Formats: sequence, structure tokens, C-alpha cells
Amino acid sequence: MATPDQAVIIATQPAGTSGGAVFRPPRGLRLVGRYSLLGLVTLIVLFPVYTTVVASLKPGNKVLQNPLVPDAFTLDILREAWSEGRLGRFILNSLVVAVLVTVCQVATSVMSGYVFAMLDFPGRGALFLVFLATLLVPLEATLVVNRRTVDSLGWLNSYQGLAAPFLATAFGTFLLRQVFLGFPDELRDAARIDGAGHIQFLWRVALPIIRPTVGALALFGFLSSWNQYLWPNLITTESDMNTVQSGLRLLRYSTLDKPNLLMAGTVIAAVPIFAALLVFQRQLVRGLTAGAVKG
Amino acid sequence: MAIAMLAPSLVILVVFVLYPLGKAVVLGQQRCNVQGRDCVSNGWDQYIDTFLSSEFQHALGVTFKFALITVPLGLVFGVGLAVLADKHLRGIGIFRAIFSSTVATSVAVSSLMWLFLLQPEVGALSNLGWLSDMFPVIKSPGLLRDPGTALTAVAMSSVWSSLGFTFILVTAGLQGIPAELYEAAAIDGATGSRRFRHVTLPMLGPTLLFVLIVLTTRAFQTYGEIDLLTSGGPKPHDSTMTLTYLTYGQDSIIRGNAGLQAATAVLLFVVLLGLSLLQLRGIGKRVHYGNT
Repeated sequence: MATPDQAVIIATQPAGTSGGAVFRPPRGLRLVGRYSLLGLVTLIVLFPVYTTVVASLKPGNKVLQNPLVPDAFTLDILREAWSEGRLGRFILNSLVVAVLVTVCQVATSVMSGYVFAMLDFPGRGALFLVFLATLLVPLEATLVVNRRTVDSLGWLNSYQGLAAPFLATAFGTFLLRQVFLGFPDELRDAARIDGAGHIQFLWRVALPIIRPTVGALALFGFLSSWNQYLWPNLITTESDMNTVQSGLRLLRYSTLDKPNLLMAGTVIAAVPIFAALLVFQRQLVRGLTAGAVKG
Repeated sequence: MAIAMLAPSLVILVVFVLYPLGKAVVLGQQRCNVQGRDCVSNGWDQYIDTFLSSEFQHALGVTFKFALITVPLGLVFGVGLAVLADKHLRGIGIFRAIFSSTVATSVAVSSLMWLFLLQPEVGALSNLGWLSDMFPVIKSPGLLRDPGTALTAVAMSSVWSSLGFTFILVTAGLQGIPAELYEAAAIDGATGSRRFRHVTLPMLGPTLLFVLIVLTTRAFQTYGEIDLLTSGGPKPHDSTMTLTYLTYGQDSIIRGNAGLQAATAVLLFVVLLGLSLLQLRGIGKRVHYGNT
């Protein structure tokens, strides 16, 4: 990335020196142009969010007039959506499942990544291929059978049913394997001489080093679990066990003539993850780009 | 010890990824009762019959159309936003946060936001007088209910929700381009658009290939948008009946038929695998992987 100084040098480089007489407007004008463009694009990107928030704060009789103008304000609709949509219960469900998925994904990925990077045993190559193969299978191709599996385990409408298919990922395994491959041999040897077993080594020595990767993986796992839509819809038949996402589907069909109620529910469902991302933006970027570079 | 530490991952991946795929392949040639039990073989040509059926062909066409709208638009908007925000300006961090923010919206949240925009009677756009005067379809029958516009309307919602993801990845890709390349190009007298064509785009190659594959895969997996916005409709045209919705949708013609559901799920996997390989081989060869 260009440092600010370099950027200035590039930006102020006289363009005409090599004969190409290109007109360049003065810097001030270009800045105004760029900021207006940025502002315009921001308005377009945020437009759906804006109309949603405005609608969620308007009383029912006002919502159809001037959808763009916040000319009336009430918190009643948000309250009503919270209780009628049972969003407290559904957020709790989503939270339990997402935490379960995140913790297990991190644990399984650390262990399997460690094994593939640092231990040698017969069949390692073949097993690694098996892990690799799972990356090619889209979730949608497995859910028909997974629903039957979860049904026969008696796990419909349960936290374990919602979480089970996502407790381990090949993506996490690869991510951690890459990190462990970068470990110097001396580190493991020194720990072994001190009498540390695998688990002790992972917990005491490795954890501080792999923490940034684990953070990225954890956030990534949490987010994808929280945002699951099809799976909870497939295995939830009792209203109590809906997640936020499948709960929004219920709200959509129970509020057909009350758009502001539905929008209030949408706002409430969006807020926790928005807040989390504001705090953990850096981890998320690292998680997403790790997939691009290494995957 | 190695096996013990590997076992948890292995069990989950085998039970919930590999076994279901294998089982679906077998199930796909079977015919089951209404409860999806007591399945008996119906012959492997059930796959061929399914593939050639007008329902599957229609859904395949809709899905391709959907990908042809969402993938190029997603790429263009994502790259455009990232290039626009890749400057050292005061306050650029705020714009970057806003552009990446749609990554925080789940498919349900973004679809419902767009539902409110697009619905004919109670939606935001239809109550903007001047806009619905200009495009009467917004008010009647509504962008999501007109067979000509429904798929594009759903696609817009989908493009919007994947904007943050593309923006984050392309921004990271842009930041990985060494400044010396731009300096060299500037010294050679390359102007903005030529620098973009000859430095930025080639250096972004691997990132763009990755984004292309992810966006294509996502387009073929689209379910939530369809479920919340159109339920595969408008009927009887089934203008938004995608492959995933045909497999799992509540309004799908094969709902409750486990054999056919499995068959379409397996065919979806085959189509996706083929597409990814095509993209990797066709475009991957021409992508420049630098030493950086």
C-alpha cells in the first residue's frame, strides 16, 4: 500500500512530462469530486437500511406516508415487534447455537490443524485428502440427508440439532495448519524436552501464537452460524426453537399488513451482529482474506 | 494420539458432509413414501429423468440467469467501491466501514429490508409518488410479482447483501499491490485509467478469481432471498424458482419427495463442481500470481 507521502507524490506528479498532454483538474476540485462521489455511493448503499430504520420508528398509521421522512417517532413498534416476534427467545437460541458452534469449531480446527502440520503417521496424506474433499461439497447438497440423520437422532427442535453439522470445518483445519506449518521445529522440541504433551503444548505454547488466527476463525464461525437460514428452517417445527433468522420468517408471514412491525423486527435482529462487527472488524477482515489467499 | 486429536473433526465431517453426499446419491435413484421412508429403487435413470424434466430445466435456467445478473454486477460494484475508497483521504475509514457493513446483514435481514422497499402496496418505493408514476410496475403488480422483473428484483437484493464481502476482499487485494508498480507506471506516463487496466486489474487477478468463484457458488445456493421475497413465484411462471428453492422450498413441486429432493441436490452439486472447475481452468490459467 502506498504511504501517504508516496500517494502525494503520485498524485502531484506532473502528467505532461512525457508528452501526454492530459488535462488534470486542480487538487482541490478533484477532492470535492471524490468526496461527492463517495457521499453519493454511501447514500445508495445505505438507502435500504435508512428506509427500514425510519419505518421501524413510525407508528402504524404513518408508515405509508412519506416513507423517506422520519416525521413521526415512537419506540412502541420496536417494543411490539420484540414481544410479538418473540425475538428475545430467538436471539437467545441463536446465541446458544452460535457459541456452541464457535467453541467447537475452534477446538476441532486447532487439534486437526496441529495434527496435519506437526505429526507424522501412516495415512496422513489420505486423510488430508478426505478433509480437502469436504470443501467441494456445497451445504445444500447435504441437507436432505442431514435432516433425516438429525431426525433419527431425535434432535429436531434442539440446540444440538441446530449445531451438529457445523462443529468442524475443513476451512478452519487448513487455516490452523498453515499457521502450525510456520512454527520452528525448535519450539516443539523444546516443549517436549520440558515434558509437555500435545495438549499442554497447544494450550501453553501455541495458543498465544495462534491467537490472531483463532480470533478470525472464531468470528467467522460465529457469523456463519448466526446467519444460517435454510438449516434452522428445515429442522425447526416447534416455534420455541427458532433462531433469529428462521424467526424472522415467522414474523414476515404474521405481519403481512404491518410493514413497520416487520421492519422493527428486522432492525432488532440486525443490531447484535452489527454491534459485534463494529468491535471485531479487523478479525473479520483477516478471516475473510485468509480464505482468499490460502484457500 | 494423532487419531484421537483428529477424531472429532473427522467424525463431524464424515457424518455431516461425506456420508450425506453419498447417501443422497443413493437416495436420488429411489422413490419414497410421503414420510420420506420405505424407499425403494426406481433405477438410476431417475437422475436422467430428473435432469431432463421441465421443472429441473426451468430451475436450472433461472439459476443461470440469476448468476448472470448477480455475479458481474457484484464484481463491478465491489471493485468500483474498493477503488473509490482506496485513497488516503480524511475520513476514508468511515466510508470503508459503511461499504463493508452489508457483510453484517444476514440473508433474512437484507431480504426483509428489500421486501419493504419493493412490495407494491405497503413498500417504500411504491409510496414514492414520482417514482411509481415513472415506473407503474412498482405499484401494480409490484416488482416482485411481475414475471418480467421478479428475478432482477431478487438479484438486486442479493447483490446488495454481498457488496460488503466483495468490497472487503478487493480492498485487501488492492492494499497488497506494491506502490512501486504505480510509481513506475506513473513515471512511464500512464494515466489513471491505463494504470487501472495495466497494473491494478492484473495484480488483482487472484482476488478476482476467488471472488468470482464465491459469488457464482453463492448464486447457485441462493435460498433465503427467494423464500422471503417470492417463494419461487410469481405463479404460474415460477420466475424465481432456483435449483435450491426447487429442492428445499415450501412451495416446491417436489416438497416431501425425498428421492427427487436428493436427486436435485446431487445434480446441484455436480453443476457447481463443473462450474468451479471451468472457472479455475479457463480463467485461472490467465491469472497472474505475483511473488508478493
